[in-house]
Amino acid sequence: MYLSEEEIVERIAELKEKLPPSLYNDLERELRRVKITEEDLKKVVSEVLRRYEFAKVEPGEAVGIVAAQSMGEPSTQMTMRTFHYAGVAELNVTLGLPRIIEIVDARKKPSTPMMTIYLEEEYAHDREKAEQVAREIETLYVRDVMEKSEIDLVNSRVNLYLDEYELRRKKLGVEDVVAKLKSIKGVEIEENGNIISLTMSNPTIKDLRKLANRVADLHLRGIKDITRVVLRKEEKEYVIYTEGSNLKDVLKIEGVDVTRTKTNDIMEIQRVLGIEAARNAIINEIQDTLNEQGLIVDVRHLMLVADMMTVDGTVKAIGRHGVSGEKASVLARAAFEITVDHLLQAAVTGEYDELEGIVENVIVGRPVKLGTGMVELVMRRELEESKEAV
Amino acid sequence: MRRVDISKHELVPKHEVLSEEEAKKLLEELNISKGQLPKILKNDPMVQKIKAKVGDIIKITRKSKTAGESIYYRVVVNE
Repeated sequence: MYLSEEEIVERIAELKEKLPPSLYNDLERELRRVKITEEDLKKVVSEVLRRYEFAKVEPGEAVGIVAAQSMGEPSTQMTMRTFHYAGVAELNVTLGLPRIIEIVDARKKPSTPMMTIYLEEEYAHDREKAEQVAREIETLYVRDVMEKSEIDLVNSRVNLYLDEYELRRKKLGVEDVVAKLKSIKGVEIEENGNIISLTMSNPTIKDLRKLANRVADLHLRGIKDITRVVLRKEEKEYVIYTEGSNLKDVLKIEGVDVTRTKTNDIMEIQRVLGIEAARNAIINEIQDTLNEQGLIVDVRHLMLVADMMTVDGTVKAIGRHGVSGEKASVLARAAFEITVDHLLQAAVTGEYDELEGIVENVIVGRPVKLGTGMVELVMRRELEESKEAV
Repeated sequence: MRRVDISKHELVPKHEVLSEEEAKKLLEELNISKGQLPKILKNDPMVQKIKAKVGDIIKITRKSKTAGESIYYRVVVNE
C-alpha cells in the first residue's frame, strides 16, 4: 500500500523542527517523486535523521583549528602563482593571496577598490541608458577635458584650451564647463571657440597660478572616488565596473540596482549596509578569490572566520591587532606574537590567568579543554551521601 | 538624489527586534546573559533603520549556503 504525496508530506512535517530548511526541502522534493510504503518511509526518515546527527560537529571539536588549516593549505598553493594581477575587463584587481590577506587583516581600504554596479531592469538592456548612468558615475575634472592651460602674462589672464575630442566623448559642451567655472568668484569668463579665458581684477602672478590650478581641479560631474568606469555587456545585461568605490553615493544614482550593486571594500559595506552585510561580504570575497584560483574550501570554514571577525559589531582583523590580540589570557597572547611585551605588561599590571583556553593549558602542561577534555564531572555530594545512608 | 532602502540589498539579511518576552525566553533557553551574545553597534545602519535601542536583542534571519536559512542573534551595544 503506497502512500500518497499528501500523506508523505504530512508524515515528515515533524522533521521541519529537526532538520535545517535546505535539507528538509531536498527530502520533501525527493519523496514526492517516489512511491513508498509507510514502513519504508519510516526507515528513510530515521536514516536521514541518523545521518544528519552523525554529520553534525561534535561538542569539543576544534573547529577553529580545522578552519585555519582548511584555508591555510590552499593559500600555500596560491603563493606560487600569485602577486600578479588579472582582472575584469581592463581593470586591475588585486587577487590571490594578497587579496585574502587584505580581507583577513580588515584593512581600512583595499589596495584596488572596485565596484560592480548592476542596473535596474529598464536601464540594464539599453546601451544608451546604461552609458548615461555610467557617465553620471564617473568623476570628471576640468583637467580631464582640457588640452592645456596657460597663463597669459601680457593680458594677465588664464587661458584654458579644451580638448574637443574628449568633450565629445564625455558628451559635454563648452557651455557646461563654463557653467561650472561660474562657481569661482571674482573671475570674468570669456568664451572663444574651445578656448576659455579667465580674467581677474589686478591679479599677481601668484594669483594667476593659483587660479590655473584651481580650475584644473574643478569637479565637473560624477561621484567622488570613482576614477574610471567600464561598461560591459554580460550574458543578459549591461554591468558597470568601476575603479574606486563609493557605495553610498552610487546607490543614490537613478537607474542603479540597489539590491545587487556591490563593492570590494568591506569596511565601506559595514558603514553603509551594516555589520551583517559585511559578514556576508567577507564570506563572498574570500570564496570568490579562492574559486578564481581554482581552489575550493568549504563555506563553513569561511563562515566561521567571518563570524569571528564580526562578533563584536565591527569588522576586526584576525591576528595581532584583532581576534588573537584580544584574547583574555596572557599566556595565549604571549604564545602568539610579541611574547615579551605581553608577559611584561601582565607582570606590571598583575594580570590573572584563568587557564581556560587551549594554549595556556598546553604551556602549563594540563589536559586541554578539547574533545573529551571538555567534560567536567562534578559530584553532588548530598546525593552520594544520602545513598550511603540507605 | 533618491532615498535608498538598504534592507532590500541582497547582502543584508532580515533584522527584527525581539519583544521583551521573546528576549527573556531566548536567554533562558540558551542559558546565557545578554552580554554573552554577539554584538551590533547602535549606529549600525540596519539598527537605525529598524529603530532598535541599546540593550535590544535583534533576531537576524540569514540566508545560509548550507542550511538554507539560519537564525542569529545580536545585542545592540553602545560602542
